Parts: sequence; C-alpha cells; structure tokens
Amino acid sequence: MRDEPGFGPTTPGPVHDANPGPARLRGAAGDPVPHDSAAKHVSGEAVYTDDIPELPGTLHAYVLQSPRAHARILRLDVSAARRAPGVHAVLTAGDVPGAVDIGPVFPGDPVLAPELVEYVGQAVAAIAAETPGQARAAAALIEAEYEDLPAILTVDEALEAGSYVGPGLTMRLGESAAALAAAPRRLSGSFAMGGQDHFYLEGQIAYALPREDGDMLVHSSTQHPSEVQHLIAKVLGRPDAHVTVEVRRMGGGFGGKETQPALIACIAALLADATGRPVKYRMDRDDDMVMTGKRHDFQVRYEVGFDEEGRIQGIEMDLAARCGMSPDLSNAVVDRAMFHADNAYFLANATVTGLRCKTNTVSNTAFRGFGGPQGMVAIEYVVDEIARALGRDPLDVRRANLYGPGRDLTHYHQPVEDGPLLAALMDDLEASCAYRERRRAIDAFNAAHRVLKKGLALTPVKFGISFTATHMNQAGALVHLYQDGSIQLNHGGTEMGQGVHTKVAQLVATEFGVGLDRVRIMATSTGKVPNTSPTAASSGTDLNGAAALRAAREIRNRMTLFLAEHFAEPAESVAFRDGIVAVGGRTLAFAEACHLAYVNRIHLSAAGYYRTPKIWWDRTEARGRPFYYFACGAAATEVLVDTLTGEYRFLRADLLHDCGTSVNPAIDLGQVEGGYVQGLGWLSFEELWWDAHGRLRTHAPSTYKIPTGRDVPADFRVRLVANQPNREDVVHRSKAVGEPPLMLAISGYLALKDAVAAVGGHRFPVHLDAPATPERVLMACEAVRALGAAGPWAGP
Amino acid sequence: MPGTVRFVLGDRVVEVSDPDPTTTVLQWLRAQGRTGTKEGCAEGDCGACTVVLGSVDDGRISYRAVNACILFLPMLDGRQLLTVEDLREPRGPLHPVQQALVDHHGSQCGFCTPGFVMSLFAEFHREEGLKDEEGIQDALAGNLCRCTGYRPILDAARRVGAASRADRFAVEEPRMLALLEGLRRDTGLALTGPDGRRWFAPRCLAELQALLDAHPDATLLAGATDVGLWVTKQHRRPDPVVWLGDVAELRRIAQEPDRIVLGAGVSYAAALPVLASRWPAFGALVRRLGSAQIRNSGTIGGNIANASPIGDGMPALIALGARLILNRAGLRRTIPIEDYFLGYRRTALLPGEFLEAVEVPSVPGGTFATYKVSKRRDQDISAVAAGFSVTLEEGVVTEARLAFGGMAEIPKRAAGAEAALVGRPWTLETVAAAMEALGTDFAPLNDMRASAAYRILVARNLLMRFHLESTGQAELLEAADA
Repeated sequence: MRDEPGFGPTTPGPVHDANPGPARLRGAAGDPVPHDSAAKHVSGEAVYTDDIPELPGTLHAYVLQSPRAHARILRLDVSAARRAPGVHAVLTAGDVPGAVDIGPVFPGDPVLAPELVEYVGQAVAAIAAETPGQARAAAALIEAEYEDLPAILTVDEALEAGSYVGPGLTMRLGESAAALAAAPRRLSGSFAMGGQDHFYLEGQIAYALPREDGDMLVHSSTQHPSEVQHLIAKVLGRPDAHVTVEVRRMGGGFGGKETQPALIACIAALLADATGRPVKYRMDRDDDMVMTGKRHDFQVRYEVGFDEEGRIQGIEMDLAARCGMSPDLSNAVVDRAMFHADNAYFLANATVTGLRCKTNTVSNTAFRGFGGPQGMVAIEYVVDEIARALGRDPLDVRRANLYGPGRDLTHYHQPVEDGPLLAALMDDLEASCAYRERRRAIDAFNAAHRVLKKGLALTPVKFGISFTATHMNQAGALVHLYQDGSIQLNHGGTEMGQGVHTKVAQLVATEFGVGLDRVRIMATSTGKVPNTSPTAASSGTDLNGAAALRAAREIRNRMTLFLAEHFAEPAESVAFRDGIVAVGGRTLAFAEACHLAYVNRIHLSAAGYYRTPKIWWDRTEARGRPFYYFACGAAATEVLVDTLTGEYRFLRADLLHDCGTSVNPAIDLGQVEGGYVQGLGWLSFEELWWDAHGRLRTHAPSTYKIPTGRDVPADFRVRLVANQPNREDVVHRSKAVGEPPLMLAISGYLALKDAVAAVGGHRFPVHLDAPATPERVLMACEAVRALGAAGPWAGP
Repeated sequence: MPGTVRFVLGDRVVEVSDPDPTTTVLQWLRAQGRTGTKEGCAEGDCGACTVVLGSVDDGRISYRAVNACILFLPMLDGRQLLTVEDLREPRGPLHPVQQALVDHHGSQCGFCTPGFVMSLFAEFHREEGLKDEEGIQDALAGNLCRCTGYRPILDAARRVGAASRADRFAVEEPRMLALLEGLRRDTGLALTGPDGRRWFAPRCLAELQALLDAHPDATLLAGATDVGLWVTKQHRRPDPVVWLGDVAELRRIAQEPDRIVLGAGVSYAAALPVLASRWPAFGALVRRLGSAQIRNSGTIGGNIANASPIGDGMPALIALGARLILNRAGLRRTIPIEDYFLGYRRTALLPGEFLEAVEVPSVPGGTFATYKVSKRRDQDISAVAAGFSVTLEEGVVTEARLAFGGMAEIPKRAAGAEAALVGRPWTLETVAAAMEALGTDFAPLNDMRASAAYRILVARNLLMRFHLESTGQAELLEAADA
C-alpha cells in the first residue's frame, strides 16, 4: 500500500527520444533500492571507526571521571599514573594547549574539569597508554580530593533554587488569561516525562592521527564533523585548517553524536598531540551512558480552558527541562519543545513558557525530535485530560481542535496550511484502522474483564522542518565526474543508518540519467566540504541532496553547452537519460560523453551549495517562520494491560506518514517504523534512574531496556501517504522523515493511559507520567481504583 | 609444556598457545583483524557480538549462537567458531540469511546486523528453527536493534524459516566432523597466561575433584554469563579458573519417574525442553530468562551457585522442592535448595566443594506456577519473580511453598504467607490473609528496577493470580503475554 512515486529527472528537460536506452535504470529517485551498505552490513565488511586497522604505535585513551555531582577539586595528583606501565601521557585541564571549553554554542563544557566538577562522570583527567587496560589501571592511581558542594539533581530542585542554564522564553498568541477566565470549563495539572538514552549500538569513538606540521586527522563517529574539527582546533590552539575530520558511517546516532563526539575526539586529539602517536578513544557502554548527554526530561504544568466540545479556548503551559550542567543545545531543544506544544491543534489564546533548568547531572543534548516530542506529549496529554473530563472520546476532542481554515496560526505566528492534510490523514486512519468499531469492541472487552484492560488512541503529528537556528540551514557538496563516466559524490551529510548517502546518490544519478551503480559514495570529510551543518533536524537529504543536485546540475549544464556546441545542435536537444546522452538525433554512451567533454577541456567537477529559502525567526519577539514546511502523520495504537502487575503488550499499530514524494520509499518506511518503535521505547519502559547522589544507575543494557522484537506491535501496519508532493520546492518534492515518525508513538502512551482509565470505567482522571513503566501503569491503576471508591482491588 | 587452545575458525584449525585465560573471544577476534563482530555492551545484553559455536552432538554438528563478548577464548577448545565473515564464500554470493536481510531492508546503521546474521544462521541450522512467530521472537530476543523497529528483520527471519536449509555448511559437515574429531583431547587443557594466571578444563569429575583439592579457592566457571561480566565490567582477574564445560558428567540430564536430575553444567537451552514438558509454566519462564545466546551458554548450576538474589529460576526451583547435590572430593551431600542461600552472594558451599547436580521432584498432587515481572518482557532481570506450589486435600491447603526473587537479598520463601495458607481452605479469604502476610515476610529494596511498594504489591497480586488460575477463574485474567 505504500506510495511508489514515478520515475523522472528532477528537472525534466525536452527529450528527443531518438534512441531510448533500457526501460529504467536501477536506483533513480523514487526507487526503493536497499541501503548502499546493506551487503557490507550483513557480511561484516562495513568499516566503522573501531574497525579501521590501527597503525603501529597506536595508544588507547581512558578518562578519569568525577565521582561527585558537584564539588571543588582540591587536589589532583597524577604522578603515579604517569609512571604506570605503558602510560605515555596523563593530561589534566592545565595541560590543554588551547581553550579548555568546548561548549558548542555557549560556554560551559570544559574538555577536562579545571577546578570544579558539575556531574558524576565528568572528565577530570585523560590517559594514553599502550593498551586500554593499562590506561584504565593508571586512572585508578590518580589521587583526587574533592570538597562537596550542594548538588541540584531534579527539575523541582532547580525551579526551587532558580537554577537555569539560560533565560526563559515565552511564546504568545492572543490573550490566554482572559480566555481562561471566560472559558466554560477549566482544568489544571502537572505531569512529568523522562529522558532517553540514545543507545546507538556503536558507542562513541574517535581515532586521532597526528600528521606533519601539527596537522591532525581524526576519524570520529560524529553527526557534526565541522564542529568536531573546529573544537579540536580550538583545544589544540591551531587554525581549523590544520584539522581534518572524517566519518564514513556511524553505528547509529539519533542526535547523540551531534555535539557529544567533540569530547571524545578532543581528548583523543589532545593525547595524540601530546604523545605524537595515534590515539584511539573508544568509550565502553557504561562510560558512554554515564558521560554523555541524553534526551531532556521535562516537567509540564498547564492550565487550560475549553468548551463543552473540548475545543481549547485558552491555555497556559510551562515546559521545564532538565538541561544538566551546561547549556549545550538546550536553548534550542526547549525552543523546539515550545514550537511543538500545539502539535496539530489551534491554540487561539496561548502562553507557552520554556524553562531551562540547570542541574548537576550530565548535560542533556539532541535526541531525535530535539524537544519536539516533549512539547507534543505535553499538549496531547492535556487534550486527553480534556476528553476524560468531558467523558468524550479523545479522538473527537482532537478532531475538534485541529488546525483548519480560519484556525491556522501557531503560537509563534507561523501560518499552518496543513490543517486539511492533517484532517485527511486522520480521516483515512480512523477508517482504515476501524477506530470506531474497535473502540466499541474494546469497551465490550473491558466490561467483560476485571483484570485485563485494553486501551486505544489515535494521535496526529505535525513536525516543523528546518533548524530553528536559521544560519544552520545551509549545505555543501562536491561532485566529481571522471572521464570514464564514474561519479564521486561528497556532501556534508553524515551516514548514521538513515540512508542519506543512498538517497543523495539516487538524486545525483537521476540528474545524470545514469544508474546508481555509477555513483561512488565517499566518506564525509571536512577536507572535501567545509563549514557543514550537523546531519540533524531531519535535514540530511533536504539540504545535502539539494547541494549535491546543484553541483551535479552545474556539471550537466557545462556538458550540455559543450555537447550542443560540439555537435552544432540546440542545447535544448541535449538530454541525459537511461545511461545515455542524447544530442539532437545522436546518442552517446554516458561514459563516451564524459570522455569527449574531458578531452575538450570541460571542467567535470563542481561544488554545490544550498540554503533554505523563506525562513526567519525573531527570537526576541518570539515570532516568525522558523519552519520551511511541516511533516505530518497519524497513528493509532492498541494496548492490552494486566492490571495486576502493570505489564502490557502493544497489540496493534496503524501508522500513516507523509514523506511527500519519497526519494526512497523503502528507506523512508524504515525511518517511520524505526522512529515509532524508538518513541514507544521512550514512553514505555526506557527508564533512566539516578540515585540520591546523582549517579545514573541504568548505564548498560542490563538495566536500561530498549525495545526488542517482541515489543513491537504484533499487528503492525505502516503506510506512506500517496500522492502528496511537498508543496515547497524540496528535492524530488519529498519531505524530511528522520524525526517526525518518532512522535507517532505518542499514540502508544495515550493508549496505555486509556487502558488505565478503563479500570475506572473512564469516569476518573488518570495521572500517568512517562515512561509508563509497568510500575507506573500499575500505580496509576491503583489510583483510579482508589478514586472509584472500591478501594484496592479485592478480586472478582 | 605450553597449553594450547585448538579450535576451528571458519574452516581451518587455529592454535593459540597460553593466551591470557580470560581474554574474550570478541577481543581476540578483533585483535586478529576480524572486525565484523562488534562490541555493543560487553555484557551479553545487546547481541552485536553474536557468533556461532559448532560442536559435535550425536555425530552431527550442532550450531548455537553465543555472545563473544563474555566468552573466554579457552572455551573454544575443540569447537568450531563461525563469525559473520565466514558465511559468504570469498567473493561469492551472500548466505541466504544475509540475502534475506538485504532484500527486506533489515539493516540501517548496520552495527547490530552481524549479530542478527549469526543468530539467524544458528536457527537456519536447526530443523525446527524460525518455524513460527514465537520461535522467531525467541531466537532474536537477544539481539537489539535501535534503527529498524525490527519489522524488516522479523520479515527476513520469516523468509529464512520458510526456505530450504541447504547451504555449504551442510555440505561440508563430514569434513568438519573429521576436523573436530582431530581436536579431541583425552586429558583436560591446562594453560598459563602471560601474567601467570591459570586455566584448567577438566574432562571428568575425577579430574575436577583433584583440581579442586589442589586449588580450593579456584573460580568455578560454567557458561561465563556471570563470571564474564566480572572480567569485562568489574575488571577482575580470576586465578585459577576451573572451567566445567568439558566435564561430561555435569552435562547429564536424567529423567526419572519421580524426579529430574540436571547436572550443574546443563545449559538452560538444554534443560528447557525437559522442564517445559514437565512444567509448562517453568518452560515459559525459562524462555524469558536471558536470551537464546545466554541460555545457550548459561547453566542452571551456575545460576544457582552464584547465589544471585534475582536468578529467575530460583523461586520455581524452591517451590518445586528442588534439592542440590554438593560434592567435595567425591563426598556427596544433598540439601534443599533454599538452604543453599545464606546471604547476599553467600552460600552453604564449603571450600573445595562444588555443585554437582540439582534434582527436581515431580509433584503429582500439587499445583505449581511461576511468574516473572520485569520492565521488558524479554531478556530483562525481574523486579519480582515468584514460584508457588500448594497441595490440597479436600480443598484444604496441606503444604504451601511460596518463593520469591527480587524481594530480599536471597531467593526466599515467604514463611508468614505460607503459614497463613496451611490448614486453611484454598479460598479468596485465605489468600487475602497470605497476601497481607507478605508485607511482613519481606522488606524489599527501592532500586532502578522497581520500588519497594511496587514489589510488595506485585508479589501480592501474583499470589492472587495464582489463586484465580488454580481455581479455574483464569478466564478473568488471560495471561497478558498470551
């Protein structure tokens, strides 16, 4: 049932079809070809950073971590560690030749703690030794003395103390206070949602190789090579041009390798610089989970006024995030949470405030959705509570609040044109998943079962596409066409499994009218494409695909002009398709045309550059058009809960997602399914648990549980929306797909809430924080039973 | 004379002389430049390092998936090791399990993929492997993927399950059997690593007894699913290590009319069909214990002997009245399993004594059930595990064994709750009193797995569930994992 968009060049030109080639070449834009590395993945041949053969003399890094959440370092004696077997260097903050701070946007992240430690796990000293074991053993010889300072660990404590990493921001539309006062019905409340560890299967790693003249080549598992390059240069006290950062592929990123790899790469580079030898720093899983940032956990407070239909008249919402010990990207993360506190709903009179709490915990960071999911959970929870208060089906209340004609302005003053699309998606899904019939069947089931309860929820997703830091919406590419007709493709995007290389290569192949096999995908390197933005915000294909297309088009245009002149035919008669180049009535094999151009001294290499049009954002006024467009979807999830233990199974999920005209429907479908399951993990049983000393106790898969195959709904129906080209001029009229589907999983969370509500016959409010672990579900059931005055459950 | 580990890697014999005895197979492979096998966690929980071990079983080669990250190199002795690099002939076509993953778009970042490939490969070589949904899920529950959402991987597994099982490994089986036959040794492997730490792999009980006589403080190693983590996570350097995996007597399973006797070296995978046929509930529990990889390596004996408070199988064994056969220099004694656990990781074992076998009596008249409650259904450690057995005479409880894991520092019986049942009719009122008594029987911990309040509530509710199920009111429940 998925969309199979038609084949065609991105900008079709006039084609004289004198000698048509093969019917269709493999891998054109729109083809569901496998990931470019699929065969290498399954055969073990794909090379990740840790698989690069180590040069002789390679040293291994280990880092001494702070055992305290907040303390002054009184004494740090590394002399014994320096004398330990195999050790070549031990560095502390004072040994850093350049700047110590590696904060990506704002300062606050010292590469090694100078005199203060601000979270358990913070890097205090770095060791390079001949084996990882020797480096670890040496760390145990470092003598450190600390003086504890009061530690703030939770959002509540931070709010109480007024502890923030940056100023708050408020977005306003209309008059919320007056609307609340005038509303027929009002509700207020608060709830919390937890963070999430990225749990990329490949942990953080960097391999630094010193070169001549103080240059440094660093293989880094990073979504942001340019930033890693810049920060390495900064800590070494050298110009950016002395540092090259390269990454062929990551074993997963999900936002966790946007700013976080800088710490790992800078330490490897500092040690390599200090010793003159190659240094590899591979964090083991526990260190990775303790030392690097995660999705922000949020506390939400709300007051909402609504009418008897559940239509929101006025709303005030505070979104308070635990940012950890430094700003990192938290400013933008909380902004994006605020931007998505409407999800798909028109909030006529809204005041949305974002608070950035500073705590003595690891600095939270980018994670797929970048705050958007938290904002969306907030509004969906509120809408669910409105429905429960009115005794209405939550789907009806959602429908009543959807954006639509005349109700189409966000609380940051960007018009929304997607109301009809959202309504159509929900119509389609409501019918195709048989929502109403299943609702009745579930009611009957719940009436017949005392212990088992089912829940169902259908929720929309509207996710803004573009970096909200407008300057980041730019990309570069470098395309080389060789005289034998083969193509090397370089662009600023990084491959973390999402298939950006495959999709961009499909676009380039289509531009030249050749098969995908001709396009060689190169590792991402700051030496090939400079000043790149991170591969983040779902933007990889939109931005880098457009830049690569421009480079390819530049070369194609040069060839077109040359061939037209060479054969004395009009330029309009030159066409690249099906592996040939048609010039007037003549056809040349693609390679032949390339060779001909080369011997006639035509430049067959070009850099492409792209910046997103139309967007602007005035943060001071909290208004603008931060998003080029929205990506939309809808999902319905059904769950079965055992109300004796709180355990549950997701029985069925129906997903419908809008990728515009997909560049690769197989890859996009993979993003939709994978995003949904990752979101389901976040909201169900992925629980980060800190003890009273600020130590993360869930720092390995033995204690931190991401979904397994059996946690995926047994009945899993996923479709891409057909015939819905992006109205904006995005490559192939596609839409970004990396992050938006994660939020389809909110339907799973609200299905759990629905099942808990069924314990009380849907007559009582339900408080259910996320993640909705079996424990939280059982305790929520107990609370509903208590409200039901039946007392604790006492048997059938 | 050096101790030499000899095994088949792919299709050729490899000899490694006197390696560090607790080098993991993963570390060794990657140091050889065989980097297809990945480290995702180094604790046997993510499956990225999954490799396949081949060993001779009844004249055939049997393949099983294991975690290379917590498998010590000397444990390969006499076996065949296959990694992801071995499946495809050089420059040849992909193996059917590899091709299925490609065709179904089963990889995104690809880092977990070699592990999935090897789990599927092991199942490909089991006739009954991947034949139904539960079998597919059981086979893959020990492999985490963070990208795909699993659907394409499960689809690939379904295709493999429905396809012919012919591949070049089947063709080459006779040659491989001959190679492995050539690796057989008559006396156990003994080796000394570069730092002087020793490894012994006795072949029979007599050898084992002699070794323990000489080294009463030796670390006894069975499947390494726990001791492996001492090394990879706690960075301990055990010395000497006595590995039980080649002691033939410890791998025996005896099914007698009134009892089942499981040697301490019997893996959970080997015990599963035996337990499941006698006690389906126990079988269901074991299928949720660890993962296929863990059950292939981990042993019941090891699970008991390490005295973890959260061993999933302990409450069931206690409820069934299991008894342990302990052996010290050939002198045997038998104790009830609950008497083995003295305190947190403290046991009744004397120096030089080892667990030889566990015997589980059948309970003809009794009603038995066992439950596990955890955040995630598969491969999680229980917040609460329970094993219940009650014997009734004319509706009155004559014997009750209620055992819990996760509720105290040891797997433990609920004395107060048992007392509240015995001599009383098996009714809701009686059960309510027993539920109440659980509050004084236990004072569980708050930790990352669950709060104390949740543990107590769940323990009580599990007893309630047991009552409802045993009195024919199960239709009110329908197991949530049905």
